[in-house]
Amino acid sequence: MSHKKVPLLRLEPRAETARVMVYAAPLIAVVLTLIGGSVLFALMGFAPHVALYNFFIAPISDTYGLSELAVKATPLVLIAIGLSLGFRANVWNIGAEGQLTIGALFGGMVALALNDLTGWYILPLEIIAGVLAGMAWAAIPAFLRTRFNTNEILVSLMLTYIAQLLLNLLVHGVLRDPAALGFPQSKAFSDSTLLPTILDGTRVTSSTIITLLIVGIAWVVVAKSFVGFQIRVAGLAPAAARYAGFRQPRLVWMTLLAGGGLAGLAGIFEVAGPIGQLQPTISPGYGFTAIIVAFLGRLHPLGILLAGLLVALSYLGGEAVQINMGMPLAVTGVFQGMLLFFLLACDVLVSYRIRWRGTGQGAVTGARAAKG
Amino acid sequence: MNLPPYRLALKGITKSFPGVLANDAVDLALQAGEIHALLGENGAGKSTLVKILYGVLQADAGEILWHGSPVEIGSPAAARKLGIAMVFQHFSLFETLTVAENVWLGIDKTEPLAVVAGKVRETSERYGLPLDPNRHVHELSVGERQRIEIVRCLLQNPELLVMDEPTSVLTPQEADRLFETLRRLAAEGMTILYISHKLDEIRALCGKATILRGGKRVAEAVPAEESSRSLARLMIGQDFAEAERKPDEGRIGAKRLTVGGLTIASTSPFGTPLDKVSFEIRGGEILGMAGVAGNGQAELISALIGEEKVPVGMLALDGTDIGDKGPAERRSLGLAVVPEERQGRSAVPELTLAENALLTGHQRFSLVRHGLVQAADAARRAGEIISRFAVKANGPQAEARGLSGGNLQKFIIGREIGQAPGVFVASAPTWGVDAGAAAAIHQAIIDLAATGAAVLIISQDLDELMVMSDRICAICAGRVSPAIDRAEATTERIGLMMGGSFTVAGEAA
Amino acid sequence: MFLDTTGAIIAATIIAATPLLLAAIGELVTEKSGVLNLGVEGMMLVGAVAGFAVDSAGGGAFGGLIAAMLAGAAMAALFGFLTLFLLTNQVATGLALTMFGTGLSALAGQGFVGTTVPRLGKIDIPLLSQIPLLGPAFFSHDALVYGSVLITAAVWYFLYRTRGGLILRAMGESADVAHAIGYPVIGIRFAAVLFGGAMAGLGGAYLSLAYTPLWAENMTAGRGWVALALVVFATWRPWRAMLGAYIFGGVTIAQLHVQGMGVSIPPQLLSMLPYAATIVVLVIISRDATRVKLNAPAALGKPFLPTA
Repeated sequence: MSHKKVPLLRLEPRAETARVMVYAAPLIAVVLTLIGGSVLFALMGFAPHVALYNFFIAPISDTYGLSELAVKATPLVLIAIGLSLGFRANVWNIGAEGQLTIGALFGGMVALALNDLTGWYILPLEIIAGVLAGMAWAAIPAFLRTRFNTNEILVSLMLTYIAQLLLNLLVHGVLRDPAALGFPQSKAFSDSTLLPTILDGTRVTSSTIITLLIVGIAWVVVAKSFVGFQIRVAGLAPAAARYAGFRQPRLVWMTLLAGGGLAGLAGIFEVAGPIGQLQPTISPGYGFTAIIVAFLGRLHPLGILLAGLLVALSYLGGEAVQINMGMPLAVTGVFQGMLLFFLLACDVLVSYRIRWRGTGQGAVTGARAAKG
Repeated sequence: MNLPPYRLALKGITKSFPGVLANDAVDLALQAGEIHALLGENGAGKSTLVKILYGVLQADAGEILWHGSPVEIGSPAAARKLGIAMVFQHFSLFETLTVAENVWLGIDKTEPLAVVAGKVRETSERYGLPLDPNRHVHELSVGERQRIEIVRCLLQNPELLVMDEPTSVLTPQEADRLFETLRRLAAEGMTILYISHKLDEIRALCGKATILRGGKRVAEAVPAEESSRSLARLMIGQDFAEAERKPDEGRIGAKRLTVGGLTIASTSPFGTPLDKVSFEIRGGEILGMAGVAGNGQAELISALIGEEKVPVGMLALDGTDIGDKGPAERRSLGLAVVPEERQGRSAVPELTLAENALLTGHQRFSLVRHGLVQAADAARRAGEIISRFAVKANGPQAEARGLSGGNLQKFIIGREIGQAPGVFVASAPTWGVDAGAAAAIHQAIIDLAATGAAVLIISQDLDELMVMSDRICAICAGRVSPAIDRAEATTERIGLMMGGSFTVAGEAA
Repeated sequence: MFLDTTGAIIAATIIAATPLLLAAIGELVTEKSGVLNLGVEGMMLVGAVAGFAVDSAGGGAFGGLIAAMLAGAAMAALFGFLTLFLLTNQVATGLALTMFGTGLSALAGQGFVGTTVPRLGKIDIPLLSQIPLLGPAFFSHDALVYGSVLITAAVWYFLYRTRGGLILRAMGESADVAHAIGYPVIGIRFAAVLFGGAMAGLGGAYLSLAYTPLWAENMTAGRGWVALALVVFATWRPWRAMLGAYIFGGVTIAQLHVQGMGVSIPPQLLSMLPYAATIVVLVIISRDATRVKLNAPAALGKPFLPTA
């Protein structure tokens, strides 16, 4: 006959969200990533504690390191804020890298066109151009999804490749600085088209302050506004959103435009800030990494701010272990991937209780107690 | 004395879920050739018990004896191997596959598909359950789908056939035909465990009944020797006031909801389009709409909510055309619609009750100012609904998914009625709800009508419609029959209307 | 001369299509079981580097292909564990898999950049390969090209002609129903996910062992995503996936040839073609919502918790 099959591991839905786990899960994920990272370092033949120190502590042990953390975190947080709105509504824009590229390209082209002028209006103009370009790029998947029901994941991703090729085409062509000895790069931006730094001796610009402002605005939208509520309902229960009369196409447009606009903003901030010109590669994958930041921050603006700093550290750490210990830069990507995996796995604890074989009896007594 | 052992005996079956003890030391004994009722109201633990019996769930404690020997039933396949077959309440059929493929997947013998198809045809004819093995399930009516389940069971020559609420999806006439088949099977020696909460059916069909209440076995009875009332008392545990509606000629007011020639396609590929649906409801009036599931109810509800816009001239609320208006606009004009699905449609399980009050109440409760949510007001409104409708919940900040089906439905109905709608529509308002909550919901709807609102109740439960309605109509294949007065409505007549014989209604009019 | 060129172009098209076909067929089986794995790109990359590493280390081309399948399946197992056992969001987990795979393959492939292995050998089918035009076009390929066609045929036969295939399709239709009848939903889906991973790994290895026998970071260049799009394009039918893969192979080869002929179109514009074509194709297919609904596995991407 058959025997009783009790699985080793079993999930039991919780009646209520575990509030503690909402905050604990990301922390557990970080700890697990550190453990996983130690194993990885050991496998590569490095002493884990030395490597972890070089990865996580050394890069931010001086003021300049901290300022670099802000420089790296700024685009990550900006993009993640935009993406998180979409993810909340089940709108999967994964083409932020492309929207960033297009924002940098068009914002940068405005900057180059006005490169020889001076005036207060130049920076706002190039920033607006960057935001609009990012929004336009995101409008393509928004239009195709709302009009033709086309999957936005694949469209936004394909557009990323196209955006990068377009940037590549233009910096090899019309935008190339004749004085650059054949290198594919534009003229350097003039002072009037560059964002001013706000701390002497660092690369931190006013973009960081604007980002903090945007985090504040996003917090109001997400936590207080009715639009934020509609976005959440659309993501949690699309049928309930239809029943309530929340217009889904409008939410798709709004979240994609917000995501594209903020990615475009991050793009123009990069070229008008740390980079200072147009070149074939603008971002070390910020648009993709921001997806991790968004999830690690629980799609919440304040969480994203903290997560942005942590993930920015993984970029600095990757560079540090490359320089100090000769490790390949790809370590960063592995760390980021691991972090997201562990986070998704830990998220289970928020809505489910894990039961191991043999712990089932506890539920009976518990239920009896609750009944009596 | 050596009596032959019971064909099946359950002893001390106990099963708990987080926070609920679904089965508490339940005993059940079944003999060869008997039709045995398992009676209990929603939430009494019937479904859990049969799932344990069929190997879908495992008991925490207790013993299963099959022909007197202890067995472990670890999976449905193991149950089938013993000779236990089951017809589920929610059919376990794959819509895009054919009848034969569905049967093939549900039996364990690995015969070629063609052989199985032949047997389906043969068995279905022998027992008066006609079926074409090559049709796709999505083309079939609910009654035909049930036949697939039964034929699938019969092909395995089971000794015990479990039927979970089989008549809830049938017209009264179809139910009578099913009873004939079941009696014949029992006469051939098959044991049938018949799960239901419909007392008349059980008294007509079953030789014995085991009654569950709150997870415990409270009695074993011979239904023929009991009255419906005494059975109800055993099942519910107390007498309580059912909702009542007295005919009152004077209260019917002006036309409030007018549906005229409503004709729309279905958005779902397997749906039923609506074909010239017409009816009207006046203030103070309750119209009941009977019908077997899948005959266009979902499409009608969707069209009334406003999820799908309809052409001009087909839908009017208090004389205003609302065909091109969305759900929020219609709600602000005073149309409240409660669809059948609670979790994920009329409520969001992951959100708190306060947020669920906001879901549809943001306008008429004015919970949004300058684009910002007035969270304190939403919580206050939710608190009012909770206390007015005696919803069992840990306050406005409790998550909807933590509530039982009956309590969540009371909250949802309370939320909609609390907005003082001029027209109120509910589909299956008490489906899966315990008797106490059902009575409370019925009373709230009756009270709403008494304030001059027009009410439409769409339901498969004829008892519910008979208690509540002033007039009753039926929906079949996307068409709606003319309505007849409750005084002239009999189960048989409504049954014929549900089957599409609208002339029965016409004769009365 | 004309025949030779045409034959070569067709052959090149088929070669360019093969990695797409392998990855798409694998994902098709995964999706038919009701699971959406967006990690194809990551699994392909890990497969590509694993295959290359084993081949370089002396394991031979065959050893490389086996290693690639195992590596792809291992990645898929990670995805399967998270989504099927821990019920994580399939979209997010798939994205994580792609990012992790991209990083891991770059890390593992560090030592192989700039090295090369012998290209997967060609097998001329006797007699048939002698036919003018058709011979060089269709019958003078490496084993994996033939293999990919055989796999497509086998998957079609399995899905539509066997009881096992019917069970798999049923799983994608409704996990709850399958569970109620008594099928081990999670086990079957896990197997489908593993198959998808193995095929993606194989597709990746085709790139690093046959298409361009070398390893480069991110060498899949979005092919994993194109494969995902192909599954939608094919409306979840194996032969249509093959047709789609060959069309995309054709687009890729056409743009290479145009570049080669010295036409004065910037190469970047031509390189955009496959990506733009993917978008166009997706729009054409998905605008008919009913058709997609009828063909798409109804349970695709929905989590399943066996409770009752």
